[in-house]
Amino acid sequence: MHKDHNINIHEITRVEGHGNIVIDVKNGVIKELKLEIIESPRFFEAMLVGRRYDEAQHIMSRICGICAVSHTSASLKAVESAMGMTISAQSRWLRELAFAGETLQSHILHLYFLVLPDFLGQGSILPLIKSHPKAAKLGLNLKNLANEICRIVGGRHIHPISLWPGGVLHTPKKTELRQLKTRLVSSLAMLEETIEMFAGFKVREFKKDREYVSLKAKKGYALYDGIPYSSESGGIGADEYARAVKEFMVPHSAAKHARTKRGTYMVGALARLNNNFNRLSPRARAVAEKLGVTAQSNNPFLNNQAQLVECVHVTEDAAAIVEKLLATGLKEENPVKPKTCGRGVGIVEAPRGTLFHEYTINKSGLVEKANCIIPTAQNLRSMEDDLREFVPMILDKSKVEITAAIEALVRAYDPCISCSTHIMNVKFA
Amino acid sequence: MPGGLQLCLFLICFIKTETKKGPMTQAAAPPKKPRLAFFSFTCCEGCQLTVLNCEDEFPDIAELVNIVNFREAIDEKSDDYDIAFVEGSISKPEEIEKLKKIRTLAKVLVSYGACSTGGGINCLKNRFPIEEVKRMVYGKDAASHKFIDTIPVMPVDSVIKVDHYIYGCPILKKDFLHTLTSLLLGKNPETPNYPVCTDCKRAGNICVFERGMTCVGPVTRAGCEAICVTYGAICWGCRGLVDDPNVNAHAETLKRHGLSAEGVTRKFDLYALCEMKKLRGKE
Repeated sequence: MHKDHNINIHEITRVEGHGNIVIDVKNGVIKELKLEIIESPRFFEAMLVGRRYDEAQHIMSRICGICAVSHTSASLKAVESAMGMTISAQSRWLRELAFAGETLQSHILHLYFLVLPDFLGQGSILPLIKSHPKAAKLGLNLKNLANEICRIVGGRHIHPISLWPGGVLHTPKKTELRQLKTRLVSSLAMLEETIEMFAGFKVREFKKDREYVSLKAKKGYALYDGIPYSSESGGIGADEYARAVKEFMVPHSAAKHARTKRGTYMVGALARLNNNFNRLSPRARAVAEKLGVTAQSNNPFLNNQAQLVECVHVTEDAAAIVEKLLATGLKEENPVKPKTCGRGVGIVEAPRGTLFHEYTINKSGLVEKANCIIPTAQNLRSMEDDLREFVPMILDKSKVEITAAIEALVRAYDPCISCSTHIMNVKFA
Repeated sequence: MPGGLQLCLFLICFIKTETKKGPMTQAAAPPKKPRLAFFSFTCCEGCQLTVLNCEDEFPDIAELVNIVNFREAIDEKSDDYDIAFVEGSISKPEEIEKLKKIRTLAKVLVSYGACSTGGGINCLKNRFPIEEVKRMVYGKDAASHKFIDTIPVMPVDSVIKVDHYIYGCPILKKDFLHTLTSLLLGKNPETPNYPVCTDCKRAGNICVFERGMTCVGPVTRAGCEAICVTYGAICWGCRGLVDDPNVNAHAETLKRHGLSAEGVTRKFDLYALCEMKKLRGKE
C-alpha cells in the first residue's frame, strides 16, 4: 500500500508544555518524523549560579508546577549530600509523605484530565462533568485528596514551602494527620472504581523491547530514594548517573550515531514497575494483574495502567507513613546545619521518571555549578523511536485515526515539556 | 470562594428569568456565556495548575463560562474569546508576537502569576549576558540551535497593556476565583497594596527576623496570608514590590541583620530583579 501523509500536530494538547509532532510519509515510507520541543528554555542551571544553598530548593521547584515536590526533593538531597547534612527520621517520613502525595496528584491529573477524555471520546474533562459525572467526580475527589497530602506537609502542592535543607520546617498537627489517614483509607474504594473503569478500556497494541531505567532501593518500592538501576545492565552508581546517561544520550546529540539497543531507554511508571514489580504492595500487584501489567511489560501504552497501579501503592504507602508518624509522636525540629561544602547529587523518582540534580557549592554556601537530568528529556528519544515503529503499523488508517493514535502514544508517556527544556543538544533526525 | 461563584450563578439565572418576563425578550437569545482563554509563556505552568486545582468549583465554572483555550487541559483552540488569562514571562521573540495577537483578540486581559506580572524568578537569567547563559546550559553549540533563541526576560506588561493582575508564585486559588467572580459581575477585582508584614501579623506568626532569618516581607505586596512564613519559611517576595517600597530602609535593616551588600542584592533580586532595575533607573 502506498500512502502519503503529512501530519503536523501544532502544540499537542493535554500534555504539560509546548510540543509539536511532525511526520511526513511518502509512499508508505516515513521521510521525516520529529517531536519538536518548542517550549521556551528557562536556563535554570544558570539561574542557580551564585545563589545561596538554601534558595536552591525554592528556585528549582519552579522548574515544574506538576512535579514541584520532586524537584524540591532532588534539590534538597543534592544540597544535603554536598554539605554533609543527614536529616532526621521524622523529616524523611514527612518528605516521603509529600512525595507520595505528588505521585498520586500527578498520576491522577494525567489519568483523569489528560488520558480519560481519549477513552471517552471527549476533548477534555469539562464535558465529562455532564456526560460522565461519576467518573469526573471521582477524578476531582482523588486529586483533591492528593493536594491535601501535600498541603499538610508542605503548605501546598505547587511549590511546597516547608521542605528545607536539613529537614522540614513545619510539623503537621496530629488531628490533620488522623483525618488524612481516614481519607486515604477510604480513597482506596475510589481507586477501585477507577481501576474497574480502566479495566474496561481497550489498550492499544504495540510491543517493543526496551531498556528501563529507574531507582531501586534496598527495601521497598523506590521513589524518594534508591540507586539508579537499568533493566539491561543492573545497578548504576548515583554519582555515575550523569556519565552513564550521557552515553545513553549520544543519539540525541549526534544524529549520525547508529542507534544501539542501549541508546534508547524509558523512565517513568512502567520502567519502575518493570524494575521493582516484586516490591509493590500485594494489593497493587493484584491491580497490575487485573490491568494486564506484568514485570515484563513492553507496551508503552501500558504506562497509563502502570500509573494507576502506583496510585494504589502510594496511597497505601502514605497511610502507612501517617501511621508511623502518629505512633512515634511528632515533635518540632530544627533543620540540621551544613557541615561542609563541595559537590552533591540528589536523585529521586519523579512521577515521570528518574530525576537527577547535581550541584557544586562553595565555601560561602553559594552554588557554583548546577546540572539537572529531567525524566521527559530522557524519554524524548524513546518516544520518537516508538513513533518510528508504530506509525508504519497504522498507515492504513485515516489521517484522523493516525493523529489520534500518535497523540495517545505521546500522551501515554505523560511528557512534561516545561521540565524537559533543560536538555543538552536536543537534535532530531 | 465558591460563595462568590454561586452568587454569579444566582445573578445570571436571575437576569435570565427577568429578561424572559420583560418586553424586550422576543428577540433575545439566552445571554452568551463569557469565553475564557488561558495562555502560557515561559514558566512552569504551576499557575494554570492552580486553576485546575479548583476541583470543588469546576462544575460552577463550567456552568458560567466557556473555556475555549487551555492547551494543557482541553483540545479546543479558538481565536474567539472575551477574557484572556496570561501566565509566564516573555523570553523569546515569537512570544512577543503571540502575546500581541492575544491582546488584540481579548476584550479583557489578566496577567497571572509572578512570571507574568513581574518576570518572576526567570529574571535571574538576566544577571548574565545572553550568550553566556546559553553556553552555560546548552554548551558551545547553543548559538546554532533554533529552539533556544532567547532574549532577556520581561514581564507581560512590558509588551502589552494589562487590565488586571493576579500576583504570586504560584497564584492562590482564592485570588483566581476572586478575579473571575469580579469580572463576571462587572466589578474591578481589587488587589492589596500593603506589605506582607500585615498579613503575617494577622496570621499570628513569629517574625522571621526574630527567628534569626531574614526576608523581604516589609517591601513585598501582601495578599498571600503570609503562607510561607506560616509554614516555617521566609517571605521570598513572590508578589513583587508593594507600591512605593522603602527599599533603602529595608536594605539597611537587612545589613543590620548580618547580610553583606551582595546578600542584600540577592534578596531583592530573587523576584524583583526586573522591578529593581526600573526603580534604580528612576533614582
